[in-house]
Amino acid sequence: MGMTITEKILAFHAGKRYVEAGELVTAKLDGVMFNDISGPLAIIEYEKMNYQNVFDKERIYIVLDHFTPNANIKAAAQCRLLRRFARDKQIKHFYDVGLMGIEHALLPEQGLIAPGELVIGGDSHTCTYGALGAFSTGVGSTDLAAGMALGKLWFKIPASIKFSYQGKLSPFVTGKDLILYTIGKIGVDGALYKTMEFTGEAIQQLTMDSRFTMCNMAIEAGAKNGIVPPDQETERYFAQHNYCNRQALFYQSDADAKYSEIFEWEVSSLEPQIAMPHSPGNVKDVGEVGTISIDQAIIGSCTNGRLEDLRAAAKLLQGKKVHPYVRTIIIPATQSIYRQAIKEGLVDIFVEAGCAVSTPTCGPCFGGHMGVLAEGERAVSTTNRNFIGRMGHPASEVYLASPLVAAASAITGKITHPQEVR
Amino acid sequence: MGKAFIFGDNVDTDSIVPGRYLSVSDPQELAKVCMEGYQLGFISKITAGDIFIAGKNFGCGSSREHAPVSIKAAGVACVIAQSFARIFFRNAINIGLPVVESDAAIKDIEQGNVVVVDFEQGRIVNLTKLQSYSFAPYPPEIKAIIDCGGLVAYVQTHQIKI
Repeated sequence: MGMTITEKILAFHAGKRYVEAGELVTAKLDGVMFNDISGPLAIIEYEKMNYQNVFDKERIYIVLDHFTPNANIKAAAQCRLLRRFARDKQIKHFYDVGLMGIEHALLPEQGLIAPGELVIGGDSHTCTYGALGAFSTGVGSTDLAAGMALGKLWFKIPASIKFSYQGKLSPFVTGKDLILYTIGKIGVDGALYKTMEFTGEAIQQLTMDSRFTMCNMAIEAGAKNGIVPPDQETERYFAQHNYCNRQALFYQSDADAKYSEIFEWEVSSLEPQIAMPHSPGNVKDVGEVGTISIDQAIIGSCTNGRLEDLRAAAKLLQGKKVHPYVRTIIIPATQSIYRQAIKEGLVDIFVEAGCAVSTPTCGPCFGGHMGVLAEGERAVSTTNRNFIGRMGHPASEVYLASPLVAAASAITGKITHPQEVR
Repeated sequence: MGKAFIFGDNVDTDSIVPGRYLSVSDPQELAKVCMEGYQLGFISKITAGDIFIAGKNFGCGSSREHAPVSIKAAGVACVIAQSFARIFFRNAINIGLPVVESDAAIKDIEQGNVVVVDFEQGRIVNLTKLQSYSFAPYPPEIKAIIDCGGLVAYVQTHQIKI
């Protein structure tokens, strides 16, 4: 019996020739990432374990991106703890304000993730790196502590679900729409404990930015990881970003690999999608929702704060103004995306349209800062979760969509199909 | 032993500990906001030893270990669910919060029933209804972590070397 990409990566890191779903293995880690939320707890637990040194100073990635720039005094203290730890342990890849970007956009961009690697991160959206053909998954703080000390961790080999998307996406339909559609179909526990392997003609045509978006939201279906078979696009991206001289291993699933389920969808006629409150699985066509006025639009996050996303939003916002009742906040995910957005004139378009453009931060996505909602307010957001109270007051609402839908909605003041403002 | 609180499917980590409280790591502080996103002031209802009963996918969403830490520090003795989100499950095992999957218990236990979990025998006993429900034992690798009281103690006890 053959193996899937995910099984091959885990087998390699466990020193085995063959593994199958359900098996428990101990596997070597190529990277351990944490932020200003998961990190402080991880350091407290790490110190209890009494290890003098981390397993590899160049393989620990610390990114201060959630409550930063420091939102309040408690957050400032958490960041200070991480800063001291990073200096004390001489952590090479430490990203503080000014260098910092949203972790899941930043790590691949900095060349810290290679195809075929096994990476854990103290953030559920760590599954993003599967877009590069790596195995990456979110863990909590104690697993981070053990990972940091030992450089290895136990894993249960997940069963894989294969998604095959056929056809060519229509204009205005993006990777975000594909993943929202998928979660809507299988539900928020539809891939619980499993791998989501994204394949097919429509995936091959996606840019890396869109593939990151898709893998990023695998966790919203309960998945352990999302993964895209590496191809020329993967190789091109990795070659362009391989600043750390990493060795890439481009795995492919065998023809006789075992899948627990296979979904095959024709997506040529797919419409832009939107997840209604309060679940990423509560998905509809944007055209079906009726009139829903909004108070805020967020374009950014680890899901949709990349250059392609900003370019898409700018295309719609160029020469227009956002609705006077809509606070529109645009957050480039990293410093280099920010800089490129300035060079290309995107920031100018946004400011001219009446948007606020922020330094990278996860702030509004989780209701931390930089765009918290009041009681009864509604936001359309390119982020990944719309649970009750996610962006602020328990009686506020978040609608998840692509940057095109968010920009169109910012202009009209209500949830809008992008073709209406073209 | 304690009273059962019944929750539905897909209780997310934002319901357990909302994002705005994540700039805190102290378990006692986190206990004060346990289930705050589900219902304001929920902590006032919890007595030490109480049990959470939930449907599918309990603890879905973020990887925040603050969620199981908060539940444990609030005095909850065990979370019994039809299924758990995987990161929450790992986190709970790692910090020593007992988590058990049992369809039978979920179907039968009602709000306020007095419940006790016997981990040695693999049984959940409902003292109100005089019923018991068995649950499958953990795999040995995971039981070893549980028996130590969590992953930190496990790593210390086994003095694992790199």
